[in-house]
Amino acid sequence: MDIHEYQAKELLSKFGVSVPRGGLAYSPEQAVYRANEIGGAKWAVKAQIHSGARGKAGGIKLCRSDNEIEEAAESLLGKRLATIQTGPVGKLVSRLYIEEATDIDKEIYLSFVMDRAAERIVVVASAAGGMDIEEISHSRPDTLIKVQVDPAVGMQGFQAREVAFGLGIEPELISKMERTILGCYRAFRDLDATMVEINPLVITKQKTVVALDAKMSFDENALFRRPHIAELRDKSQEDPRETYASDRGLAYVGLDGDIGCIVNGAGLAMATLDMIKLAGGDPANFLDIGGGASPERVTKSFKAVLRDKNVKAILVNVFAGINRCDWVAKGVVDAVRELEIKMPIVVRLAGTNVEEGRRIIDTSGLTVISAETLADAAAKAVAATKSVS
Amino acid sequence: MAIFINENTPILIQGFTGRIGTFHAQEMIDYGSNVVGGVTPGKGGTTHLGRPVFNTVKGAVQETGAEASIVFVPPPFAADAIMEAADAGIKYCVCITDGIPAQDMIRVKRYMRRYKKENRMVLTGPNCAGTISPGKAMLGIMPGHIYLPGRVGIVGRSGTLGYEAAEQLKNLGIGVSTSVGIGGDPINGSSHRDILEHFENDPDTDAVLMIGEIGGPQEAEAGMWAKANMKKPVVAYIAGLSAPKGRRMGHAGAIVSAFGESAAEKVEILKGCGVAIAPTPSEMGSAIAKVLAGRKAA
Repeated sequence: MDIHEYQAKELLSKFGVSVPRGGLAYSPEQAVYRANEIGGAKWAVKAQIHSGARGKAGGIKLCRSDNEIEEAAESLLGKRLATIQTGPVGKLVSRLYIEEATDIDKEIYLSFVMDRAAERIVVVASAAGGMDIEEISHSRPDTLIKVQVDPAVGMQGFQAREVAFGLGIEPELISKMERTILGCYRAFRDLDATMVEINPLVITKQKTVVALDAKMSFDENALFRRPHIAELRDKSQEDPRETYASDRGLAYVGLDGDIGCIVNGAGLAMATLDMIKLAGGDPANFLDIGGGASPERVTKSFKAVLRDKNVKAILVNVFAGINRCDWVAKGVVDAVRELEIKMPIVVRLAGTNVEEGRRIIDTSGLTVISAETLADAAAKAVAATKSVS
Repeated sequence: MAIFINENTPILIQGFTGRIGTFHAQEMIDYGSNVVGGVTPGKGGTTHLGRPVFNTVKGAVQETGAEASIVFVPPPFAADAIMEAADAGIKYCVCITDGIPAQDMIRVKRYMRRYKKENRMVLTGPNCAGTISPGKAMLGIMPGHIYLPGRVGIVGRSGTLGYEAAEQLKNLGIGVSTSVGIGGDPINGSSHRDILEHFENDPDTDAVLMIGEIGGPQEAEAGMWAKANMKKPVVAYIAGLSAPKGRRMGHAGAIVSAFGESAAEKVEILKGCGVAIAPTPSEMGSAIAKVLAGRKAA
C-alpha cells in the first residue's frame, strides 16, 4: 500500500528525520494561508498523488508570492496529473502540500528496501541524488552504496556512519546523517514498510540534513497490526476497478484488453492471461478468486469484471480440487442468469466431477461455451471477442 | 523413496482443532498420511479426529515422535508456530498460511540459522498448497487424486497451476515422485534451487518440472545451480508473460521490481542454463514427456 508524500514525511519526522516545514491544502485559498503560516519568501506547491517523477510532470511549482501560489494551486487541484509512472490517464490531485523552499547544497539518494535474495532489509544510497534509482544504477553504478541489516540485532550506528562517510558527507554533518539513516530504518522496521525512499535527501546551505521528498510503501499482510497506517489509504489514487474488487476480498489487477478473466489461484490466473496473449487476445484483468470457488465468490467476480466497460467476453478458468466442478458450474450458471449477462462466456473447468460440470454448462441454454483445456479456452475466448467486435 | 515425506513419516498438525485444520487433517488421514496428532495451545490432553492434541510442539514430538508438521495457524501467529516447530526438532515443516507479514518471515529465516545445517528444519511455504508424495503421503491441501505415482518431481510457487501440471501429466500417463509447493510469498522457507537439490539426490526422481513466476531471483538462481550440478533434466514454465511491471499479481511475491524478474527475462536466463522451457502453460506435461522420451532413447 502506498501513501502520500506529506503522510510519509509526518511519519518519518516522528522517527527523528528532519523535513521542511509544510502544510496541507485542499483549495487555492487554503494554500495561500498555509504559505503565510509557514512564512519566508519562497514556497513549493506540491501535488499529492501516489507517484514519483511529479516534478518533471509539472506537479511541483516554486512560488514567490500569494498570487503565484493561488495560480499554481488553481492549475493543479481537481486535475489529473500524468507522470511517467502513472501512465497517460494520470492520477487525481485533490490535495496540495505547501512547503518552505530549501537552499540546496547537495542532493543524496537514500532508500530502504526488502532484498529478496538476502532476505534482509537493505540500505541503498548514492551521492547522485535527484536522479531516479534506475537512472543511477544505469549511468552512475559506481556511486551506489549498499548495506544489509541483520534482523537479529537491527541496524547499528557504525553501519549508518559507513553509508554517510561513503557518501562523502563532511565530518560535522555525520551525526545528523546517522540520525536520519537510523530514523528511516526504524520507521521501516516498526511500521512494516516494504519501501522507504528519500530522493533527494538534501544537505542545505545552512548545514542541515533534510528530506525534501519521501515515499513509503507498506506490507499489506501487516496492516492488521498497523491500524494507523491502514487509515492512510487513499482510494482516489487507485484504479476504481481494483478498489471495488479489493473491497470485496478479490485480488484484481486492471489491464487494457477486452477479455475479462475469472480464475482460482494466482499462478493459474497469470498462466491464463499468458494463454490469452499467446492466442492473439488481450486480457482485461487479472483476477484470483482464491483457492476454493464458492457460488457467492463467482457472482462477486462477475460483478467486478463487468465494471470494466471494455470487456467483450469473459473467460472463467477454475481448477476444482477440494470442491467439485458441478458445484462451480452451477455457481457460474446461476450468476450469469442473475446478472443477465449477454456477452459470450467461456468456461473451462478441470478437476473433480468435470464431466458433470461441463454437462451443466452445455445444457444451460445460456451464452456459455465450455472448453476442455487451457489452450482451447483461450482460443474460444479470443474467437468470441473477434465475433463481437 | 520420494523426498521429504512417505507413508511412514509421522505427521503433526499445527492449528489442529480449527475449522481449516480439521478439514484438511481429515483429508490427509483419508489419503493415508500417518497423522499422529496435533497442537492447539490450551487444548492439550484432549482428542481430535481420534488423535491426541498437545499444548506445545515439543510435548507432541516427545510423545509421538513426529518428524513432519503442517501449519494452519492464522497469519498473526504463524511465524511463531514455525519457530516453535524448528525448536522442537521437527525435520520438515509445511506452512500453508497465506498473509504472513514479510518481516515475520525475515525473522523466521534468521531464527532458523541458529541450528546447524544438519539439524535445521526444512521449511516449505508459506502461502503454498503443501507437499505430496503420490500414493504414499499428503502434507497439504491439494486434491490428492489428481496425482499419479511416478518418477517426475514437481516444484512450484502456485497451488492451482501445480494441479494443472499434475493433471496434464496424469492425462499422459506420467506419474509424480513428489510435488512440492514453495509458495507465493517474497520470503519463503525453501527456494526452487533448494528443492532441485533434493530431487537431484532422490534415486526415485528422473526429471523435474519447475513452475515459476514473475518476481524475485529464485528461478534464475535455480537455473544456474542446475547447470552446474544437475544430471537430471529440468523443464520450466514461468507464469506472467503478460504481467505489467510494478504490479502485484495476486501473490505477495509476484511483482516485477528489478532487472531479471520478468517472465521473459527468466525464460532467457533458464534457456541459457540448459533448462527446457514449456512455452505455454498447456504444454507443461508434453514438455516433460519429451525430455523423458529423450532420456530413454539415450
